[in-house]
Amino acid sequence: MRVVVDLSRCEGYAQCAFLAPEAFRMHGEEALMYDPGPDDTQRGPVLRAAAACPVQAILVDRLEERDAPVEASAP
Amino acid sequence: MTSAGTPRAFKRDGRVVVVGASLAGLRAAEALRAEGFTGSLTMIGDELGEPYDRPPLSKQVLTGWVRAGGTTLPRRRGLDAEWLLGVPAGGLDLATKHVRLADGRCVPFDRVLIATGVRARPWSVESEAALDGVFVVRTREHAESLRRALAAGPSRVLIIGAGFTGCEIASACRERGLPVTVAELAAAPLTGALGAVIGDVAADLQRTHGVDLRCGVEVTRLEGDARGRFRRAHFGDGGTVDADVAVVALGSIRNTEWLRGSGLAAGVWGVACDTGCRALDVSGRATEDVFAAGDVARCPHPLYEDRLISLEHWANAVEQAEVAAHNMVSAEADRRPCLSIPVFWSIQFGVNIKSVGVPTFADEVVVTQGSVDDHRFVAAYGCRGRVTAAVSFDSAKWLHHYRRLIETAAPFPPRCPMPDQPADARPVPVGLPGPGLLAQGATAVVTGRTRVSAASGPCTGTGGRRAG
Amino acid sequence: MTTARTHGTLRRIFDYSARADPYPLYAELRQNPVAVHEDAGYVVSTYHEITDLLHDPRLSSDVRNLSRPMPALEEGVTTAFIKKDPPEHDRLRRMAMRHFGPPHTPGLVAGMEGDLTSTVNSLIDDFAGKERIDVVDDFACRLPVTVTCHLLGVPREDERRFHRWVNDIMNSVDYDPETDPKERLDKGVQARKDLRRHLGGLVEQRHGRPGDGLLARLANDDGPDGRMTDAEIAATAKLLLIAGHETIVNLIANGMLTLLRHPQVLRRLRHQPDLVVPLVEELLRYEPPVHIVPWRAAYSDITVADTVIPKGSQIMLMLASGNRDPNRFHDPDRFDPDRRDNQHLGFGSGIHSCFGAALARRETQIALTELVRRLDRPRLVADPPPYRPSPVLRGPVHLDVEQGGD
Repeated sequence: MRVVVDLSRCEGYAQCAFLAPEAFRMHGEEALMYDPGPDDTQRGPVLRAAAACPVQAILVDRLEERDAPVEASAP
Repeated sequence: MTSAGTPRAFKRDGRVVVVGASLAGLRAAEALRAEGFTGSLTMIGDELGEPYDRPPLSKQVLTGWVRAGGTTLPRRRGLDAEWLLGVPAGGLDLATKHVRLADGRCVPFDRVLIATGVRARPWSVESEAALDGVFVVRTREHAESLRRALAAGPSRVLIIGAGFTGCEIASACRERGLPVTVAELAAAPLTGALGAVIGDVAADLQRTHGVDLRCGVEVTRLEGDARGRFRRAHFGDGGTVDADVAVVALGSIRNTEWLRGSGLAAGVWGVACDTGCRALDVSGRATEDVFAAGDVARCPHPLYEDRLISLEHWANAVEQAEVAAHNMVSAEADRRPCLSIPVFWSIQFGVNIKSVGVPTFADEVVVTQGSVDDHRFVAAYGCRGRVTAAVSFDSAKWLHHYRRLIETAAPFPPRCPMPDQPADARPVPVGLPGPGLLAQGATAVVTGRTRVSAASGPCTGTGGRRAG
Repeated sequence: MTTARTHGTLRRIFDYSARADPYPLYAELRQNPVAVHEDAGYVVSTYHEITDLLHDPRLSSDVRNLSRPMPALEEGVTTAFIKKDPPEHDRLRRMAMRHFGPPHTPGLVAGMEGDLTSTVNSLIDDFAGKERIDVVDDFACRLPVTVTCHLLGVPREDERRFHRWVNDIMNSVDYDPETDPKERLDKGVQARKDLRRHLGGLVEQRHGRPGDGLLARLANDDGPDGRMTDAEIAATAKLLLIAGHETIVNLIANGMLTLLRHPQVLRRLRHQPDLVVPLVEELLRYEPPVHIVPWRAAYSDITVADTVIPKGSQIMLMLASGNRDPNRFHDPDRFDPDRRDNQHLGFGSGIHSCFGAALARRETQIALTELVRRLDRPRLVADPPPYRPSPVLRGPVHLDVEQGGD
């Protein structure tokens, strides 16, 4: 999975750290650190965390697996 | 009128080239597709691999929790883009509408987005920068190398520069239990971004967490041993520090060299734009087909006297990307400006530091809520009697209110009594460094007015740095 | 001044006839984001203004900052953080949070999943074969007190008493001197006293005996903010019991009701249990358990939507109206569990946002999933169902559902 949190929106409500403690951790009372590439076994908790975010700051990959790899061409 | 004809025709089968495949470039590309752009989309990036997020690189990657390669950005949609990765852009020809790659290839476009961002400012002496054990942090390769060096358990880590990135790296080192020395030219950490008053709080935070903080000192020389390993740093005051790892955190350099000779108003402070993210040419006129977004762009902001502001802020990259993408595919009348209030954050020593507005656009600061001693407070910044910014330490839930004060140009200092107001709250000079101490880590740089030339220098402000 | 001086605003909010469907009234209120009601209090009903106020440091939760303080039910009693301002609010909430959630106890709520699922299922077992059940009395009312008692570390044998106290207190919240027997109020007052005394006793026993449960942890805490007094611990525990009760009862009952009114969503949920996650968020927007923050105090003059609310004024925040504000939400009167942009006010916002929100979410998610999974073709007996009198904590007093049959 891929996750990014818009921390400029984050106000430290910590719902994500309650609901998916493996992927989201509070450092101190308000600072959030997270795993941007959590294991697929975390999918349920991470989606619960994303839905619960009171400021809707958590973005989880919406791509199907087949669309994911970059259509890259290295020189 | 562009070579692709009407906006509708352009939206259908125009050619867009996005130069820079990081956060701004990716979000712009997604936004283009979301806007219904069905033409050809080419992404040019100097790094290999998919776009990734940088803020974790100076934090959870260095503590070892997250892999450096594990910060790939999530995607909101398929892009159907051609990716030209691993080679930087070398030039922009507006007459023939081509981006020239460093390897000589040419990529034609109808419209181009410049999102080349910034790179880490290296140590100025090349031979010293090349010593084993001397690092910068901007890319994931940088972060991975530093992480490995930290995991090896160095006797001491020296961090040169106490801007946000330097402070965050110091915090990660302390979390690993490593002895850390931070050397900063200004009187306190974060002074270039937040001023000396709040800088003093940041200094206290560092010392509370066991950092050997040296302020007002200049690192003059990095010394290596016979095997080319960094061993010792020399200070301007004659002092030295022995360490195995030195992290150079002296801000960033905007990636604009490739635009030299393009006719755009691009220089050390970035690519000048109008509020709609259209790049300006050297005579200050907005171009039709060239847009800029992210750390490399400098846009005027009406709340800040229409000065051009360069922001190294994550949210700014996202917003400008979306505005630029929208304006690229819209007719003149449907274009929109980029007007949101800048927001910034940093996580260090277990404290969430956030700002709204432009703290460098201020002459006074006052603590309005909470306790500086407890490292939990909000401070409002004012310029000539109105609120222009606010900074919070572990008090982010209040910033929404200060954003409103900024938007409405509320009087400074805010006069309303509120609970938890410090008894001795009195505005004091904000203590931003003079031009002599520039390049000390402002992440919001106020650099001039809209009518600029490529050669114009700054009026106020400083070179910044920021991973996130 | 664009303030509407609407006569009868307050009366209309409290008028029981609006309880089953208060949303047309809210739509009317939103015509004037800030209304002055007859007692010179202010009613704020639009999303952006409510959000601004919830983040406004001049908005006080301390009753002493009202120019006309409300009569207190219990004089001289220690209040919990919900009725305090910073820094005291922050300190007490931090101390409570140390033992409930991140950063110090991050896995607690996530770790309750098994316990919640089995509690929910044993409640459902009790009425599995019945043709008619009351989702409120047979299920929703029994869940949160049990869960909170486990959390606090209340002995199992005490649970029955806690249920009775919480029930008596909740019944007295709605007390209407004109229609209700005085006994109802007296029972509530007595229950508050008994509950507080009993909690105080439990806290006292836990001194010097660290163990599981919030009471024991709080009684033996040595955190950076120090230790709560026994009275503060009891007040905090009481807050969790009371605030955690009605809200979850309403959320579950409103959830079942909404699902039964949207059978296609109910069918989807049965086949796609993950839907419960966005569904509960949409529920918190569409039919939230707390409709109104009944009072806040203006600590100094506050300007909202061009209206100056003078210092000392009472301010009422219409959360459920903000959730239906078309200037914030697309098609706000539509229940859409797939809604993407859903920054609702179901748990409030700002420093007083719901302390137990994460637990409430899991309780409700698990409760609705299991109810939908295990009820056999549930059907609403009465629509609308009968509601409790309170416009503040709004929800059905009974929700009769038939199941099975042919």
